[in-house]
Amino acid sequence: MDWIVPLILTVITASTPLLLAATGELITEKSGVLNLGVEGMMLVGAISGFAVTVSSGSAILGILAAIVAGMLMSLIFAFLTLTLMANQVATGLALTIFGVGFSALVGSGFVGFPLDPLPSLSIPVISTIPVIGPILFSQDFLVYASIAIVIATGWFLTRTRAGLILKAVGDSHDSAHAIGYRVIRIRYMATLFGGAMSGLGGAYLSLSYTPMWAENMTAGRGWIALALVVFATWRPGRLLAGAYMFGCISVLQLHAQSAGVNVPSQFMSMLPYLATVIVLVIISSDYTKIRLNAPACIGKAFRPAQ
Amino acid sequence: MTGDAGAEAMTGAGHAQLEVRGVTKAFPGCLANDDISFRIEPGEIHALLGENGAGKSTLVKIIYGVLQADQGEVLWDGKPVTIHSPHDAREMGVGLVFQHFSLFETMTVLENIALAMNDVRDMEVLRKQVVEVEKTYGLPLDPDRHVYTLSVGERQRIEIVRCLLQNPKLLILDEPTSVLTPQEVEKLFETLRRLADEGCAILYISHKLHEVKALCQKATVLRGGKVVGGCDPREETAKSMAEMMIGQKLTAPDRGNDRTFGDVRLEVSNLSLASEEQFGTDLKDVNLTVRGGEILGVAGVAGNGQNELFQALAGETEQFAAPDNIKIDGTSVAHFGPRRRRRLGATFVPEERNGHGAIPDMSLAENGFLTAFRRMALTARGLIREVPTRSFADTIIKTFDVRTTGAAADAGSLSGGNLQKFIVGREILQDPGVLVISQPTWGVDAGAATAIHQALLDLAAKGTAVLVISQDLDEIFAICDSVVVMAEGKLSKPRPMADVSIEEIGLLMGGLHDLDGDATPANGTLSTGGRVDQA
Repeated sequence: MDWIVPLILTVITASTPLLLAATGELITEKSGVLNLGVEGMMLVGAISGFAVTVSSGSAILGILAAIVAGMLMSLIFAFLTLTLMANQVATGLALTIFGVGFSALVGSGFVGFPLDPLPSLSIPVISTIPVIGPILFSQDFLVYASIAIVIATGWFLTRTRAGLILKAVGDSHDSAHAIGYRVIRIRYMATLFGGAMSGLGGAYLSLSYTPMWAENMTAGRGWIALALVVFATWRPGRLLAGAYMFGCISVLQLHAQSAGVNVPSQFMSMLPYLATVIVLVIISSDYTKIRLNAPACIGKAFRPAQ
Repeated sequence: MTGDAGAEAMTGAGHAQLEVRGVTKAFPGCLANDDISFRIEPGEIHALLGENGAGKSTLVKIIYGVLQADQGEVLWDGKPVTIHSPHDAREMGVGLVFQHFSLFETMTVLENIALAMNDVRDMEVLRKQVVEVEKTYGLPLDPDRHVYTLSVGERQRIEIVRCLLQNPKLLILDEPTSVLTPQEVEKLFETLRRLADEGCAILYISHKLHEVKALCQKATVLRGGKVVGGCDPREETAKSMAEMMIGQKLTAPDRGNDRTFGDVRLEVSNLSLASEEQFGTDLKDVNLTVRGGEILGVAGVAGNGQNELFQALAGETEQFAAPDNIKIDGTSVAHFGPRRRRRLGATFVPEERNGHGAIPDMSLAENGFLTAFRRMALTARGLIREVPTRSFADTIIKTFDVRTTGAAADAGSLSGGNLQKFIVGREILQDPGVLVISQPTWGVDAGAATAIHQALLDLAAKGTAVLVISQDLDEIFAICDSVVVMAEGKLSKPRPMADVSIEEIGLLMGGLHDLDGDATPANGTLSTGGRVDQA
């Protein structure tokens, strides 16, 4: 049974970048903006975090750089879609393509650099408890942060006035505008938050999950994060569960191969998407569910009427 | 209710609650407000009248801080103010009940109210205040219901309650009664009169002039962005006010004298249909017949199955199991889609113009083509015949006085009323055997409404069976020969127009189904398809 603890540990590290990026995208989408550029923002975050950490020797600076890089990427998106009213889907796809190329360009000099992974925050005494200790009390701080952020997001959306306003803007931007909320400004902020979280998710990949830089190292995790938001029907609690489920699947895929289970790896890597499609079909059959949780204005450009 | 209160205040002893001086607002290509001035005293119920596009909405948005005036000033309590945002307006004490509600459907009543409050309050405190206001003014609402489950009347109550919670000094209502039953309207008026008695000024915007007459003490009439006059609605008639609005004489639609009816052209029997919408209304055993030359009105509050009925009649929901449920000129059509029904000579005008009745991004000529290509022979060997298509659109534009730049204009660029005239014209000019039309004059101004009504009467005179689904009782009384009332998916028995009163229809609309027995008129001439209860 001693393989269980390492397995769970890898599930946690595999899930964290998904959880970070998906939490950001959830807030973005709740405000009515669909940013398909998560993959690109994660990549730019990953290379920025890695490059700054290597150059400065400080992981904290690297993480901050990743956040800022993610926000800059989302700022481009926000300016194009919210101010210039470009199509959100096309702009988001373009942002991903841009991020893939840009990160490869910047990262060409950093391929193969070694880096120490983020230190674990081992809590004295309790982290030595068998099984529970290493799993719960001996992670690096981004793991704790990701869980804290998703809980805070849930609290923000259900308990605070600002969260209510955010949902209102996503539900009907015309009504929100008529009452006097600044739709564009709120959406800018939500999109920037999404960018910051994507950058952070990317940094987790390049600083902790596999402490190195490789071209296109996100390997589709940005798309899984997007699928995850829909999978979770825009609810933070389900998002947390879904992120760990998808993380689990991706780890199982590796372990199944090494254990000699004869399942094609392609099949395992499509599982998250398959699961999303199935969940979508199920929730779409219950109109109320999707109606109550999905932001009605998602992807629609807002032009203040005269 | 002293009749002289308004007149005394007019002489200007104290400060007006709100005074607008010389407000001008231009949009690219149009002067929406041109030097508008008027004033409202505390406790006064003041009507703002005007056709579509007269500048009422722009003026309201300026007062509520959504738009800024180019010139002119707004005085509040005698002091000049600049209102930068709705937040400022609410802070001053202006409340606005929107025409198209500013509600969030997936949120609860309480959340919707909280969103429109300036000062952040504890939700539990707010809940108590909401309950209190509901009790004081008799506006029952469950704070925890989601908005999408509520009727239109209840939704409006949310808007009113959230204004009242701010203790407004001026309450603006933009077309508040267009979706209410007569009883709900009376209830609303009670609330408004009570508010006025407490000193709140009320600015009331409505197309329904007899309501203005019943409620308001003063009126300002706008036309083309200018103030063209003021009056005391209590001393005017609805007709005289309408003429002031449109600037010309208004002629009532000519119903013709002896209307004669031919054979049954549209027949619906035992139509039961589960709604496809989650919160739609199921149709329950609907029966009706419309004869050639007859106009049958379907009255009722929106959301009682009218959409489902229209979709069933237009073929948008087909019924493969029971083709005999709907017959057009004797042919069973319930299993046909819209195109096959149109081939039999039926045409349809849905309530929603953009996206249902017309495709906003396509030109008027293309939109004309889409429903009329077969009857007007606008295709040849699969190709569009350009010239007849354009001339068909031109004919509609000319016959129905559609104000537009021409047949090449996008449907979406027309105002609601003009697009409605185009769509109605498109279907009428196809010379249909059966016309089903939903809310023919919703949001259309008085002049255009009269034109549409006359066109429907003329069409019926030529032998077409016309079914009008409408919430507007004035409209039903103006053009229909008989009326059925829809409530909760059921239809009342048809009654000849001459035998029913507006109150009776109102009660039926409220769901009091079939005031049978003693309540029916003594002569009981339920001729049109009415089943004989006691043979």
